[in-house]
Amino acid sequence: MPITFTKPRGLTDAPTHYCPGCTHGIVHRLVAEVLEELGVLDKAIGVAPVGCSVLAFEYFACDVFEAAHGRAPAVATGVKRAKPDSVVFTYQGDGDLAAIGTAEIVHAATRGEKITTVFVNNAIYGMTGGQMAPTTLPGQVTETSPYGRDTNIAGFPIRVSEMISTLDGAAYVERVSVDSVKNVLKAKMAIKRAFECQIEGIGFSLVEVLSICPTNWGLSPQESMDWLRDHMLPYYPLGVKKDKTKESE
Amino acid sequence: MAQVTFREDICKGCGLCIDVCPKHIIQFSERLNTKGYHSATVPDGDMEKCIACTFCAMMCPDVAIEVVP
Repeated sequence: MPITFTKPRGLTDAPTHYCPGCTHGIVHRLVAEVLEELGVLDKAIGVAPVGCSVLAFEYFACDVFEAAHGRAPAVATGVKRAKPDSVVFTYQGDGDLAAIGTAEIVHAATRGEKITTVFVNNAIYGMTGGQMAPTTLPGQVTETSPYGRDTNIAGFPIRVSEMISTLDGAAYVERVSVDSVKNVLKAKMAIKRAFECQIEGIGFSLVEVLSICPTNWGLSPQESMDWLRDHMLPYYPLGVKKDKTKESE
Repeated sequence: MAQVTFREDICKGCGLCIDVCPKHIIQFSERLNTKGYHSATVPDGDMEKCIACTFCAMMCPDVAIEVVP
């Protein structure tokens, strides 16, 4: 009997350390499925970040480097230039990519490095215990903004996808969400497109995935999904921010 | 008959599969798994209502669900 749905070959058997309901697991699966479907699992090289997904190398069934905090795009640049035939991706959270690693991601994008970045944005620092991140929404309560993020003091959240899409080296930038089955399917299509963009050698590609952090948001997984839809989607609109793949056709 | 299998010891009991099941047949098990969570399960007799849409598996963060049509 054919199996309709099973664990992709791109994931190992290791049980993840993520909290119950954390959507990192969904994004891991999407990346693994895409690598398998594109037939590039054997030549895929991931670069894991620092943050909740620091142990991603345990879960992806391909070669994975561990980068210093925020430096995944720099490491991926080296890997891709040394082995141009490989398919290189970074998997980063918002504390990693949008805070300490802003320089790396911006310059990797503007150089047009032929790598793919999967950017998981959950608007908070997860691993360190729920502090305010650059992507924390105005008014959002975190450990370090107990009265809500005050934009007079802490400034405004960064819309990473929009920022990266202004750079000429970026070829494909899309923001997706994993709050519903429909959006999970769209997220998979976006990740696939981003990897195709790299394989075709068009340029840098980034997919921002809006994600939930039930533990540090202090909500149940179900309430977190509602919070994402109600609060994050208005500030972080979904959609393709840049698509050079169409221009090159 | 469609069949959904839960790897109960991988499940963390987040309940995301329960929310998306269009047939509302998934519920928390009364037993605790080895991690100490009430894992998701389909009660005896309800499995025949399953339509193998795979929504539960697509939302499962722990890839604990397998679906056969």
